[in-house]
Amino acid sequence: MLPEITKDSVSTESAPPYPLQWRKRIYAMLGLVVLLIAVVILAISVDSPYIPFSTTFQVIFSKLPFVSTSSTWSPGVEKVILHLRMPRIILSGLVGAALAVAGATYQGLFRNPLADPYLIGVSQGAALGAVIGFMLPFSWGMWNLGAAPMFAFAGGLGAVSIVYSLARVGKTLPMTTLILAGVALGAFLSAITTFLMLRSGDTLHGVYSWLLGGFSCVSWTEVEISLPFVVIGVLFISLYGRSLNVMQLDEEQAQQLGINVERTKRILLLAATLITAVAVSFSGIIGFVGIIIPHAVRLIWGPDYRFLLPLSTLAGSIFLILANLLARTILTPTVIPLGIITAFLGAPFFLYLLRQRKRAIF
Amino acid sequence: MSSLKLQDVTLAYGKRVVLRNISLETRANEVLGIVGPNGCGKSTLIKGITRVLGLSSGCISIGGQDITKLSAGELARLIAVVPQNPVLPEAFTAFEVVLMGRTPHLGFLQYEGQREVSIAMHSMELTQTQYLAERRVGELSGGEKQRLTIARALTQEPRIILLDEPTAHLDINYQIETLDLIADLCAQESLTALAALHDLNLAAQYCDRIIMLNNGQIQAEGSPAAVITAQNIRDVYGAEVCIRPHPINNLPTTLITAGNGKNGRKRW
Repeated sequence: MLPEITKDSVSTESAPPYPLQWRKRIYAMLGLVVLLIAVVILAISVDSPYIPFSTTFQVIFSKLPFVSTSSTWSPGVEKVILHLRMPRIILSGLVGAALAVAGATYQGLFRNPLADPYLIGVSQGAALGAVIGFMLPFSWGMWNLGAAPMFAFAGGLGAVSIVYSLARVGKTLPMTTLILAGVALGAFLSAITTFLMLRSGDTLHGVYSWLLGGFSCVSWTEVEISLPFVVIGVLFISLYGRSLNVMQLDEEQAQQLGINVERTKRILLLAATLITAVAVSFSGIIGFVGIIIPHAVRLIWGPDYRFLLPLSTLAGSIFLILANLLARTILTPTVIPLGIITAFLGAPFFLYLLRQRKRAIF
Repeated sequence: MSSLKLQDVTLAYGKRVVLRNISLETRANEVLGIVGPNGCGKSTLIKGITRVLGLSSGCISIGGQDITKLSAGELARLIAVVPQNPVLPEAFTAFEVVLMGRTPHLGFLQYEGQREVSIAMHSMELTQTQYLAERRVGELSGGEKQRLTIARALTQEPRIILLDEPTAHLDINYQIETLDLIADLCAQESLTALAALHDLNLAAQYCDRIIMLNNGQIQAEGSPAAVITAQNIRDVYGAEVCIRPHPINNLPTTLITAGNGKNGRKRW
């Protein structure tokens, strides 16, 4: 319909405002990957007891394929690195990535900057599930896991499916109704959880420390179970970057621009809910990551979801690994609840960014 | 070639029927105006044609193809919409929003290339919005946003463009330029426009044909001279106006008189 524009007619002098800072954002991604590796090494070494960086490097290096070195370190050190610290660090990275990406997705779907991964009842459902798991009169578990993570996962998904079916109107899913149903059901489930906790007696301590969130006694089992969920979920959501961009207009315009809005909403909700449920099951409720990381990324690199999602993945991992490291080292041997650290670190940094840029970020 | 055809279309919100048994067909390269009082169903018609609202009964087809059998992307390659009060994400740049018009032409994982960028830039030139390209949408005025959505619709390279009050927020110069642009594109390219307008004078000046809606049904249909009459306006709007031929092109021009309302008093 418009006159065809041949390549010759586009001179390089009058370059359009494009490619939309792609280069800058791709460098940012590479930079964050390097930073992530550095943070992992740091978190392995700087914990108590301290392990020299050189030893950490050598142990990890010796485990890479096609490498054979003679070991100059004690088997105890290797065990600490490979079986205590590595799984904990990897899991905290996975949880950080999951929460950040789920937060960004919910914010995009609901077009609401205040949306967080726990908005539509996942956390309350998971908390109830965990409490029931702790209170079981018999001990039960699968794959070396206690009952709490399993029940938390089931509770989180169960709560969201109830919210989803309550909010559905015919074939459509109005987002406002979904939020309202999520908030209402969440309050109801919290009431039950609190009631059960009051009656739980000596198991209260376990429940309470679970609710505060953290990564104590993590083994490779947790990593093996959560890794496929988080990796697949995050990759899947990242594919929908452009759809999420168009859906920032509103559902009607997105539909008129050729997006299958109802299907996209359903797929993204499912993926974001799954990775949130996995994160909650293994780490409890860690506030703040899901809100602050996506907004920090928006402030620095802009609102384009094609970059926002991968950058949030990396930034979320880095942030939570660092926060967990601080939680363990500031007051050794006491481990501070992780939620306190995420808020204590995250909030001032976020407020600083907010003051720096006073234009629209969302 | 790809004409839009509505046969006995009924559109309803739940049980409240807004449009009842509407039939119409666009002709190639025309600007078809839809006029009528507030709430007569102009915007609802656009929602029905773009499948945002499902049909209660009837059939809508484009070039003989039933629109319910098309995917969202296929439909968006044929029809573009300029909404009345578009919600635009404030943090995106104007150029990014215009570029979103290429969405239906791109594969799921395809990124915009030089061709997409050129088309978007060309649409911005046509709508005189290129100077806005790097501004954030949140910083734009209502009229600028309206021209931006027109640029986005043109970037879609549609066969049919649906405009819902495209001039509502525009100054008089941009009203003229926008409708001139639409009318020229329709005349020169294979584009057909369906425009809901509430300014009867703009409708008379720019539309080849006008459909006047009243209470969800078609009250009058035809050339501007046939539809914009004092009698029709009295019947549909309940307003007393004076219709005179335009001094230059003889098209019907609606003139209002102060004090001619229902409770009016003579002011002069």
